[in-house]
Amino acid sequence: MSWRAQGLRTWLLQRLTAVYMILYAFSFSFYFLAIEQLDYLQWRALFARPWVNIGTSLFFIALLYHAWVGVRDILIDYVSGNAWRFVIWTLVSLLQVTLAIWATMILWSVVQL
Amino acid sequence: MNGGAIVADWTYDSIRLHYKAMKNQQKRPKFLNLFKIHLPITGITSIAHRISGVLLFVATPAFIYYFHLSLKNAQGFLQVQTYMQSVSIKLIITLLLWSLSHHLFAGIRFLLSDLHIGNSLAVARRSAWLVNLAGLILFLYLAYKVWL
Repeated sequence: MSWRAQGLRTWLLQRLTAVYMILYAFSFSFYFLAIEQLDYLQWRALFARPWVNIGTSLFFIALLYHAWVGVRDILIDYVSGNAWRFVIWTLVSLLQVTLAIWATMILWSVVQL
Repeated sequence: MNGGAIVADWTYDSIRLHYKAMKNQQKRPKFLNLFKIHLPITGITSIAHRISGVLLFVATPAFIYYFHLSLKNAQGFLQVQTYMQSVSIKLIITLLLWSLSHHLFAGIRFLLSDLHIGNSLAVARRSAWLVNLAGLILFLYLAYKVWL
């Protein structure tokens, strides 16, 4: 199996996802500061916009990947047995992918293209 | 048979045996009395960044769930609003707001560190204080928004 530059790629993506999330949160906070009262229709209308929708999907994917790398680091630092590390890492990976699919489904269901 | 491969196998095994022998010879000291561990300020920023990361990770499924509920229908939205008014939930949210604030600023400090910015000890110490303070300020602002 070739693992060339996997570690580097993971490291880099952890940084890139962080930057994306910072930009997203920064943009999103403008919305929150601008509105006075928030009701369901407004909230739903916001995520119906295609770019907000896609941007938010990307945010969730970025979040889940970023967290996955963080958990990997914690496993490496604190869990000594290879078997345990592998089991936990596999379960967390499965969890992250499941959450990513779920979040995308949620957003897909409200978008209005 | 490749001579290089034979040497590589032998070397790998001997290193493994050596490591196993060493591990059994020295019982590594363990010091886990959290109340007596004294970390420099940069260490505090760093471990808090890690802890806040774990808290945020644990909260993520719930976050997605309530996000879903708020978008599903007007009832769901109302449910989430009501839920967020209970004191126990507000306390959890408060903890998560600190986690977010600290993790954000400590993370930016790490990003700058990757770009070799602020790696000297004096600057690192100052930036650690700054990050802790900025995290606290953002946290207080967000907590104010939640509680009042």
